[in-house]
Amino acid sequence: MQIGLYFLLLKKVFSKPEKPSIYYRQTIKEFVYLGLNSIGILSIISFFMGAVITLQTAYNMENPIYPTYLIGLGCRDSIILEFSSTVAALILAGKVGSNIASEIGTMRVTEQIDALEIMGVNSASYLILPKIIATLIFNPILTLICIIVGIFGGWIAGTLSGVITSENFIYGIQYAFIPYYITYSLIKTVFFAFIITSVSAFQGYYVDGGSLEVGQASTKAVVYSSVVILLFNVILTQLLLS
Amino acid sequence: MISVKNLNKSFNGKSVLNDISVTFETGKTNLIIGRSGSGKTVLLKSIVGLHEVDSGEIWFEDTLFNKLDFKDRKDIRSEMGMLFQGSALFDSLTAEQNVRFPLDMFTDKSPEEKNERVNFCLNRVNIINANKLFPAELSGGMKKRVAIARAISLNPKYLFCDEPNSGLDPITAILIDELIKELTEEYSMTTIVNTHDMNSVMEIGEKIIFISDGIKCWEGNKNEILHSDCGTLNDFVFANSLAKKLRTTNK
Ligand SMILES: Nc1ncnc2c1ncn2[C@@H]1O[C@H](COP(=O)(O)OP(=O)(O)OP(=O)(O)O)[C@@H](O)[C@H]1O
Ligand SMILES: [Mg+2]
Repeated sequence: MQIGLYFLLLKKVFSKPEKPSIYYRQTIKEFVYLGLNSIGILSIISFFMGAVITLQTAYNMENPIYPTYLIGLGCRDSIILEFSSTVAALILAGKVGSNIASEIGTMRVTEQIDALEIMGVNSASYLILPKIIATLIFNPILTLICIIVGIFGGWIAGTLSGVITSENFIYGIQYAFIPYYITYSLIKTVFFAFIITSVSAFQGYYVDGGSLEVGQASTKAVVYSSVVILLFNVILTQLLLS
Repeated sequence: MISVKNLNKSFNGKSVLNDISVTFETGKTNLIIGRSGSGKTVLLKSIVGLHEVDSGEIWFEDTLFNKLDFKDRKDIRSEMGMLFQGSALFDSLTAEQNVRFPLDMFTDKSPEEKNERVNFCLNRVNIINANKLFPAELSGGMKKRVAIARAISLNPKYLFCDEPNSGLDPITAILIDELIKELTEEYSMTTIVNTHDMNSVMEIGEKIIFISDGIKCWEGNKNEILHSDCGTLNDFVFANSLAKKLRTTNK
């Protein structure tokens, strides 16, 4: 029943916009609001995750028969394969998802959505489409930033703590590099971006009640989009890497 | 002219509007009055199509509005302006941008023409030096007035106001009532106003319907309302002490 309503909403979202120029303007706004504003938090988390992954890999392979450059390789692959797409998406579900649900939910309970409808504006499309387009375009950029900052964090932690030399780390991150892993990560990100935005917008759009319900919708937005992301992570990995 | 015929509406099996039929006239301020929870907002929202009705007909002139789909409704919607009970201004836009929004969305006017129209509408509702403020920075009465300015920015044929003066001081309340009445006459709109304020009723009530528990109990004008034989209406009309005194001295 919920799922049917979700697809009906998507149909409304993807109907022809009344005034493309206004949609364009909204999309630019959302780039800043949902995209640029997420760079800071994701960079900080990526940096420290890269650092921790490097140290943990180092302390778990004390056996000297493994060459140390494998530490760099381990850091690289963990960051590219899982962290930059899935973990970043879970973080964004918390930040962006709750934001979208509460913004749209508040507009619902304060009759702003009714006000749009009464003017003859397709409120679903006007409010949701720019957010979907903005996140579909911007989240892959965030993923690339996560990869770069994460590996940089690994390099800093590895060299400062002395578990690996700078040369070995740099050799490691280039060793047996499979460019397709980046593509895989970017494809996942695009799916996850769509899930976060559409699921959260759905939760907000159908809020019924007052501020209490808006709060609940924003919690549900985070929980549901996280679960769907984890599910799709398995499905996409099976499809893309097998 | 807007006609409603045998309208029924319920939520989850609980009937809220019961077989309502009424005609709202062009160029007049039509009032829907009734106690809190009697179904005024639901009736207004059903008329404009924000609630789908269970049965009944809603006619805008010769068009059966409630049977149209979203695309065909758009033509009539572009001629509607609505003031919501809570103003419903867009939080992320300034007062000025709120009024400009319908112009941006539905007209191809040049920026200068839009500016001119925005300023005209804001002046019309006496909003001065507040153009650049956000809704959160406006007082309740100012929000209502900006919302009226937004509602009239496209020169609507139909104006709907849900409790335009609730929560306002008596002087501002009268100003807003008069404004609505003037605009209605000036542009010969069909205006429907929800209210439970007897001052408004006596001020602007050219055509009044009274609903109680979702049933239309009475219909008439402000002169007739003091002499009706409808018990629930009399309770409503003579609820405040001033009106009670007037009534006893008249007898
Ligand atoms: N979305 C809804 N779902 C369920 N019931 C509703 C809904 N909207 C209104 N109702 C019910 O319909 C009845 C009429 O509500 P309505 O909002 O029309 O009252 P009102 O006359 O506008 O009151 P007020 O003067 O306080 O604004 C109430 O009993 C309310 O509980
Ligand atoms: Mg009401």
